[in-house]
Amino acid sequence: MTSFQIISAIFIGLAAGYVGSFMVLRRMALVGDALSHVALPGLAIALLLNINPFIGAFATLFIGIVCVWLIENRTELSTESLIGLFFTFSLAVGILITPQSELLEALFGDISKISALDSYLAVIFSIALITIMYGVSRGFILGTISSDLAKASGVKVSRLNFLFLILVAVIVALGIKAVGTLLMGALVIIPAITSKNITSSLRSYTTASSLIGLISLLGGMIIASRLNLPSGPIIVLASSGIFLVSLVFARK
Amino acid sequence: MGEEILKVEKLTIEFYGQKVVEDVNFTVKKGEVLAIVGPNGSGKSVLFRALLGLVPYTGKVIWQKGIKIGYVPQKLAVEKDFPLTAGEFMTLRGAKPKQEIEKALEDVGLHKKNKEFGWLLEKKLGQLSSGQLQRLLIANSLTGKPDILLFDEPTAGIDIAGEETIYELFRKLQASIELTVILISHDLNAIHDFSDNVLGLNRKQICFGRPHEVLDHKLLHHLYGEDVEHHHHNHDLSAL
Repeated sequence: MTSFQIISAIFIGLAAGYVGSFMVLRRMALVGDALSHVALPGLAIALLLNINPFIGAFATLFIGIVCVWLIENRTELSTESLIGLFFTFSLAVGILITPQSELLEALFGDISKISALDSYLAVIFSIALITIMYGVSRGFILGTISSDLAKASGVKVSRLNFLFLILVAVIVALGIKAVGTLLMGALVIIPAITSKNITSSLRSYTTASSLIGLISLLGGMIIASRLNLPSGPIIVLASSGIFLVSLVFARK
Repeated sequence: MGEEILKVEKLTIEFYGQKVVEDVNFTVKKGEVLAIVGPNGSGKSVLFRALLGLVPYTGKVIWQKGIKIGYVPQKLAVEKDFPLTAGEFMTLRGAKPKQEIEKALEDVGLHKKNKEFGWLLEKKLGQLSSGQLQRLLIANSLTGKPDILLFDEPTAGIDIAGEETIYELFRKLQASIELTVILISHDLNAIHDFSDNVLGLNRKQICFGRPHEVLDHKLLHHLYGEDVEHHHHNHDLSAL
């Protein structure tokens, strides 16, 4: 393991746990999971054009979130069913155009392939994500529990929802390097639901979720490298393991 | 009762070409309590949202300049395990000095000296009783020193420590901070006792005036379409 990998794991883990904690409160767990599949065609195009995969993934994710946002705002259609269509479609396209030799890595991630540039990106974007999310968290939570109350208090709810989706797109684009497009959902969801089991205030919930994200990612990576196994699945297993332990301490 | 703080003229709200509120006219003066009554689906909540500027409408909604509006929603979308304490909820509309929050809580009858005070603020929002939640929502709307409170459907008869109803609380608040209140309610008995004006709504405006003038048999028949009589004792039309 290089120091690049360790630094990336720490920052991506914290940011994924933090942003994920808000996704779970918004009941966006599955949207986030499905959304991560949209990154695949972007990754593939980036590989074909030989540009940084983060940029390719973010580009298609951005298109994906604009679609989600428009669906939420402009139509009465069921978001769920449209997401089901849209995201399986992009997974199918992604699988077809991703070069065969890269497919496994794109789907399940490989944190050992993280370069110096990737780790700088991870640090900068993770810090920005956490800072921005913290800054808007009050208004975001208010909008989650009562959209009318938030609007009446001057929160620009629709704009905030869009900003939030961009933050989700950034964390997904960062995280797929570590766990791949198929397993990215686990990185944002599992720390949050684990934390929800053992905390009662917003502050402790978001903090614990970030730390569980960090421990899962770093711990999974270390175990994977010791046992010479692929990092993505081991990271997901590590966070699932922490979830199981949290059940013992779950508060009702 | 002082100057006019809200004037509504020919307010009409349309959704998908269908008029859900039509030609509503009323005024609210400083210190008044206006009760909006009407059956389910009569457009009461939509009218509220128009007053708050949350839905498009035609006609005029004129607030006095610089007025601060506090809004008390009917409910919050929180499950029992939503990780947010009552104390944290009080800071969501922006960080405020501790004294301001404590003052607002005291205004709704949650005194710092009471044992339940600290315990209540540490509790998850989803685990509060409906009476506690309602008081917290009012306290939340009182921070920021509003001139007027818009209150969506206080439930009748709720009391937190067995001391007073929501309506009695309003009376007290009015006396202490000269609060103006617009509320949506089903509790005709309470409206009769506590409101200055009543607006009857059933998509169209049925009446507007003093409760003893407009709360009569004919109105109730018009609003609820059944032979409902308003007796001056506890009864709640939401049960119908």
